[in-house]
Amino acid sequence: MDQTFTGSSHYVASDELMGAVNIAVTLQKPLLIKGEPGTGKTMLAQAVADALGKKLIIWNVKSTTKAQDGLYVYDVVQRLYDSQFGTHGVDDIARYIKLGKLGEAFQSDEQVVLLIDEIDKADLEFPNDLLWELDQMEFYIPETQETVRARQRPIVIITSNAEKELPDAFLRRCVFHYIEFPEQAQMEQILRVHFGQLEEHLVQQALAAFYWVRQLRDIEKKPSTSELVDWLRALVAGGIDPDRIVSEIPFSGVLLKKDKDLHTLRRNLR
Amino acid sequence: MFAAFFYLLRQRGLHVSLNEWLTLLEGMEKGLHHSSLTGFYHLCRAILVRNETEYDRFDQVFLEFFRDVPYQGELPEELLDWLDHPSEDLHRTIEELRSRGFPDETLEDLLKLLEERLKEQTSEHNGGSYWVGTQGRSPFGNSGWHPNGIRVGGRSQHRTAMMVAGERKYRDFRKDNTLDTRQFQMAFRLLRQLSAQADSAERVLDVDGTVRDTCDNAGTLKIRYQHPRKNTVKVLLLMDSGGSMDYYSGLCSMLFQAATKSNHFKELHTYYFHNCIFGELYTHPGLRGDSTISTDWVLKNYDSSYKVIIVGDAAMSPYELREHRYNWSQGTYGPSGLEWLARFRAQYPYLIWLNPEPMPTREDYWSQTHLQLGHLFHMYDLSAEGLEAGMKRLMVRK
Repeated sequence: MDQTFTGSSHYVASDELMGAVNIAVTLQKPLLIKGEPGTGKTMLAQAVADALGKKLIIWNVKSTTKAQDGLYVYDVVQRLYDSQFGTHGVDDIARYIKLGKLGEAFQSDEQVVLLIDEIDKADLEFPNDLLWELDQMEFYIPETQETVRARQRPIVIITSNAEKELPDAFLRRCVFHYIEFPEQAQMEQILRVHFGQLEEHLVQQALAAFYWVRQLRDIEKKPSTSELVDWLRALVAGGIDPDRIVSEIPFSGVLLKKDKDLHTLRRNLR
Repeated sequence: MFAAFFYLLRQRGLHVSLNEWLTLLEGMEKGLHHSSLTGFYHLCRAILVRNETEYDRFDQVFLEFFRDVPYQGELPEELLDWLDHPSEDLHRTIEELRSRGFPDETLEDLLKLLEERLKEQTSEHNGGSYWVGTQGRSPFGNSGWHPNGIRVGGRSQHRTAMMVAGERKYRDFRKDNTLDTRQFQMAFRLLRQLSAQADSAERVLDVDGTVRDTCDNAGTLKIRYQHPRKNTVKVLLLMDSGGSMDYYSGLCSMLFQAATKSNHFKELHTYYFHNCIFGELYTHPGLRGDSTISTDWVLKNYDSSYKVIIVGDAAMSPYELREHRYNWSQGTYGPSGLEWLARFRAQYPYLIWLNPEPMPTREDYWSQTHLQLGHLFHMYDLSAEGLEAGMKRLMVRK
């Protein structure tokens, strides 16, 4: 293995996660990442790209995205429009073929990291439509009778929030990793990456309060790393006395977003 | 050389294919397991497991294969060893337990007690309130009930066992736990059959097709229409209500909500019955006399294209199933419950039974009807996993 991912200065990865990334890179298989919202699934791709010194291409999947969009789009309307005025080059279909993100990754001369973000947002059939392309790293454009083949197999990272079940055939082709919610020690590391220098006492108190809130039984939307970071920022900006954090949980609106959860918190604080 | 592991994984319900196995071997050839068991564990998990709901199952199989730990047996040696050398994890667990606040018995006390108990105990034990064993109300063992108990092997039954021997961190992700409406809704989504409504007169403009055809036609407009695609699935939901089903009312109402919220069905009709289907069904879960509807009417009006989901615990006294009920209005004996059920089975090729109670392992007075109906119908547990399996069954003809 010539390239190994060991986390980056902006991203703290657990050993297991690093292992999964390296397995996926070595075996040249897409890496499927799942995990609670806010555990840094999307940031992982950026970190991998940085660590390996590669370009990152992001394909943001939305509910209306079709697999075809990632390969190429044939701009028929533009061609029709051009044909009315007899613009030069209407005969050349290739001029109206625009490669999507996947196509872009295939066409790149250097190996890139391709992030397919939130694949579960798309239609149920979406992953199935990409099976061949991700497996063989090539696709065919019937309009120009041309095959686009990956010059360098991209490193593919796929994230999912488990909103939809992904098809079995698709899963079989991926290396899977579930990002666990970080333990307190790892969380401290993550905070250091985000903040640099922070008062030790404040961090300890905030973490204690944070994990206490997370383990409350009736909390529906547990606060995640990103909420903790925002909260700490608020605590620092507000100049809150660290000793008050655990007993009062100031700025709880930053941690909890649901009325019901805030109510639960207040009940438990009493 | 690990072929036995491969088969064990499959045997325990992890659908590992040969392809993935070959990938794993390739990974090992490339040294990705770093010549250590932990490395091998991570490599295996990354390649063979495809869902966090399967992490726990995988952990168990891995433990079973590589440590010779039986899946569900007495493991005093293992356990004592573990008690002698508490891992960091134990430390954390104790912290967690403290924060949850069970004041009566501290974990240390329990652990000490368990150790003593294990020394005293010489034989297998089931039931009762003292020994380590299955069932019963002692704080130790499995399948029993004690508010602060320690579970020794087995599965959580009453969700109060505070701790499990072995690091089974991913237990919460298991799909066979019943969780929330969202999971039910996800399962219901499987139930769709999109078809272009060729019989309907409704037609919509096919924009993409029109543009494409117009281009092919060298710019002369050529309009194309298409039939809209719609879900054609029609569902008939029959729910047991009252009596022994009261324990499961929360679960059933969740299922009902998930079904009604899944607005992609073409039709959804819900009727209620008590224990077994007889000559009359109810339109209201209260089973009041004024909400009755004749079962014959239901059978006549909903043809065999409906997909039928029966929800009930199938626990009743056997005579309810076999007895011919006297029909006061006609002065005759009507068909028995079993005959009514057989009529449903004959009419609907797409029919499943969801049971909130798991299939009993041995026969007793109350479970005999459950077993009998389990043979007669495609019966699934009323859990996210069971529902999913059931929905898949509903999509294929028996």
